[in-house]
Amino acid sequence: MGEKILEVKHLKTYFHTDAGLSKAVNDVSFSVEKKKTLGIVGESGCGKSITSLSIMGLVEIPPGQIAGGEIIFEGEDLLKKSEKEMSEIRGKKIAMIFQEPMTSLNPVFTVGQQITEALMLHEKLTKSEARKKGIEMLKKVKIPLAEKRFDEYPHQLSGGMRQRVMIAMALCCNPDLLICDEPTTALDVTIQAQILELINELKEETGTSVMMITHDLGVIAEVADDVMVMYAGKVVEYATGDQIFEKPMHPYTHGLMSCIPKLDGDDTKRLSVIEGMVPSFDEMPKGCAFCPRCPEAKDICRQKMPKLAEAEGRYVRCFKYTQEWEETGNE
Amino acid sequence: MSKNIFRFFNKQKEFEQDILKNGMGYSGFYGDSFKRLKKNRMAMFCAMLLILIILVAVFAPVLAPYDPTYQDYSAVLASPGPAHPFGTDEYGRDILSRIIYGSRVSISIGIVAQVVASLVGVTLGAVAGYYGGKTDSIISRIMEIFQAFPDLIFAMAIMTFMGKGVLNLFIALGLLTWVRTARMIRGSVMQLKEKEYIEASRANGATTFWIITKGLIPNCLSTIIVLVTLGIPNAIMYEASLSFLGIGIQPPTPSWGNMISAAQTFISYRPLYSIMPGVAIMITVIAFNIFGDGLRDALDPKLKS
Amino acid sequence: MSAASNIRRNGRRPGMNDTMSKDPLLEVNHLKKLFPVKSGLLSREKKFIRAVDDVSFKLMPKETLGVVGESGCGKSTMGRSVLRLIQPTEGEILYKGKDFMKASGAELRKMRSDMQIIFQDPYASLNPRMTVGEVIAEPLNIQKTYSSKEETREHVLEAMKVVGINPKYYNRYPHEFSGGQRQRIGIARSIVLHPSLIVCDEPVSALDVSIQSQVLNLLRDLQESMGMAYIFISHNLSVIRHISDRVMVMYLGHVVEMADKDELFKDPLHPYTQALMSAIPLPERHSKRKKIILQGDLPSPVNQPSGCIFHTRCFMAQDICSKEKPELRDMGNGHMCACHFCGKMEKGICGEKLQG
Repeated sequence: MGEKILEVKHLKTYFHTDAGLSKAVNDVSFSVEKKKTLGIVGESGCGKSITSLSIMGLVEIPPGQIAGGEIIFEGEDLLKKSEKEMSEIRGKKIAMIFQEPMTSLNPVFTVGQQITEALMLHEKLTKSEARKKGIEMLKKVKIPLAEKRFDEYPHQLSGGMRQRVMIAMALCCNPDLLICDEPTTALDVTIQAQILELINELKEETGTSVMMITHDLGVIAEVADDVMVMYAGKVVEYATGDQIFEKPMHPYTHGLMSCIPKLDGDDTKRLSVIEGMVPSFDEMPKGCAFCPRCPEAKDICRQKMPKLAEAEGRYVRCFKYTQEWEETGNE
Repeated sequence: MSKNIFRFFNKQKEFEQDILKNGMGYSGFYGDSFKRLKKNRMAMFCAMLLILIILVAVFAPVLAPYDPTYQDYSAVLASPGPAHPFGTDEYGRDILSRIIYGSRVSISIGIVAQVVASLVGVTLGAVAGYYGGKTDSIISRIMEIFQAFPDLIFAMAIMTFMGKGVLNLFIALGLLTWVRTARMIRGSVMQLKEKEYIEASRANGATTFWIITKGLIPNCLSTIIVLVTLGIPNAIMYEASLSFLGIGIQPPTPSWGNMISAAQTFISYRPLYSIMPGVAIMITVIAFNIFGDGLRDALDPKLKS
Repeated sequence: MSAASNIRRNGRRPGMNDTMSKDPLLEVNHLKKLFPVKSGLLSREKKFIRAVDDVSFKLMPKETLGVVGESGCGKSTMGRSVLRLIQPTEGEILYKGKDFMKASGAELRKMRSDMQIIFQDPYASLNPRMTVGEVIAEPLNIQKTYSSKEETREHVLEAMKVVGINPKYYNRYPHEFSGGQRQRIGIARSIVLHPSLIVCDEPVSALDVSIQSQVLNLLRDLQESMGMAYIFISHNLSVIRHISDRVMVMYLGHVVEMADKDELFKDPLHPYTQALMSAIPLPERHSKRKKIILQGDLPSPVNQPSGCIFHTRCFMAQDICSKEKPELRDMGNGHMCACHFCGKMEKGICGEKLQG
């Protein structure tokens, strides 16, 4: 294992809602290694985005609450930082790219103004230096006619271009960690391919670690070194990319992979499905959160929550890979 | 286990029977909204209060102890007492009776002016929003002309032009408020008609009438309700302002507005004279606002608890 | 057993070649939709967005035509123009032999009951002021199918069961459901009148993968049991491959390639189709397929490129491409392609790599 840049231990982020306490992130632990990409995959509501917001210190409190855990970034616990210290880390050391580039860019300022603002704030550059660096960054993310684009407003750019601008802004202060929250979901496939290639290239070039959050296993397969699968606020599987795609161990991971229609293979058969849907937080089952949808569930799964345990050199939260599995009946 | 399944199927059968028989007790959008409204105690209390105020206005001759225009010169500016609970004014008229009769003017101005304004505003706004293009341009220009004048000056101009009187006051206040309603409705309709569920109705061959009654109105209703319930108190206040300025309801006909206007001279000597009509306006305005909020919430199924 | 399942089981699909045996359900000829663009006050020149530009196709009964392309390619506008939810600028739409473009009044209403649409956004497509029961009953009420409420309710109940919505939710409002369930409600609304054609406009794009596969299976089951034809619009090629019999690829309002599904995925002829196929991220590691990464963005639909509309991004563009517009030609077996070099290029320049 390489050097860890980020280590999240037992993170718990809860939300107090009218309907009760929602454990959006429930005891999640993982780490991001230097110069590596961690992919976090899961369906909507699994807690993947809340995890990233917790790291950035962007969870709204209240209704949110960080109920426990540690977020160790370069040796220091981010949860113990003041808001002022966090705002210095955000953007400079940890940068984030969001799904919707139109809403995360301010429509009344030019692209250039928004990039230089960050540079002048964090890097203490003068205006002309910042402009030079900004244009350089736009060139780096392969925006054609960077000098011209620099003085344009976000609405004059296409979706793909806006996402490139977001990446340029995120990378302009050489962050140590880049969090990408569904960076290509709003984009067309041909543009998505461009952006993924760009993220991969820039990672090689700058040595930034990347946390890639997505619902798309295809995107994960292209960029991630390690993969964490989340379901209903918990990590259900945590392994290297090769391991996951070679042999998904958790029934949920397996189900996710087999329900995607393939470009090759038999298309006359019905798609395999994961029955039912993600339980809402106020009707969480007593045992394993996935057991109502799991084709292999046994009695034990309905009774208690399995632990995230080591199996075959990786981590999986399922009784199938424990001693108890053989001992229990299936009635 | 098998017994459980059996019970489950029985339960499903019950649901189905229930649906076939009476649609599971569903009473349509408006019936369902009314059920939700009934659960809102505050709104229901205000509704009662409003009904009470309206009843007072209707039965004013029965309820009022004196004729509101009867001048008793032996009791000018009398202090409150058993004969005159709120005292009398500078002509010796009973203030309680004048407030009771005043409700007739104030309430009818509020409601009539608003109903007229809403009918005109909703129709023109909806037509402009739904048809767009040239129709929209023409209606919008008219609205801009109306909006170009400051409210009060506009009302004063109309009143001086057409002469004082209750009917003219209705017209002035109606003309004052329809533009706002029309603008809001135009915006909502323009937004709503692009919605996919409207498109789905059209794809099913729905007529324009169907789209307006089933798609647009239920979704605009909250906006209309808010406009009306905010508009009624507004009209009452405008009437008060205009009467205060001396161009509203003319004495001796009592209205809450012209009472306050007349009372200002005696505010330090007989505070109750100006306070009581003010209290009447306040209670009415608050009741309308709370009831309107409740109605708006009831019309939105998303707020169902 | 329905004809649809017969066709599937025999591995034969009704395509362009089958027109001899049966009449098409829908025939669209030279469909065009231009949106005027607001130009400056003083400019005399009228500009148009050519959202759909000269699209023609035939759809057989019980057939699924997949329409694939990126955002702004005009696929949604095309789908809505076919139903005249957007009035087409020009073109001919023959539905069951009748001229749909000229239909009006009662005839139009009757024809519309036979052509339905399923929308992408299950949040925007259901009236928030209607309960599930009302939403599904709406088409029946508009068409005045039944005179009694009981019959309508019975029909709605049946539709709910068919799409897998528990009847106990009859009186719930749409906001109380998850995305997948709302999409099922939308599907129930579109099938209550037993239509022969449903335009599915990105019906699974807004759903999670595990829900997406449930909905795709449902659509397929419904087609087998009820025998309607689909025009299935999607940006996702793997979904298109799963559900379609024939596929049409659109770019900037034009059809660039159209072929039987198997043919198209085995041997994509148009460079755009090839790029599109190679760009899909697949859940597999160390894939051997070579990616074609297109340069640049979609050109503005107002100022379309001269010659071949794709030449600004094409990886094999030659001089001729910017000068001459390639026609949509039949390359054999009903495989239509609009490229100067399709057929001439090295066979499967990327087909092999794709299969890798």
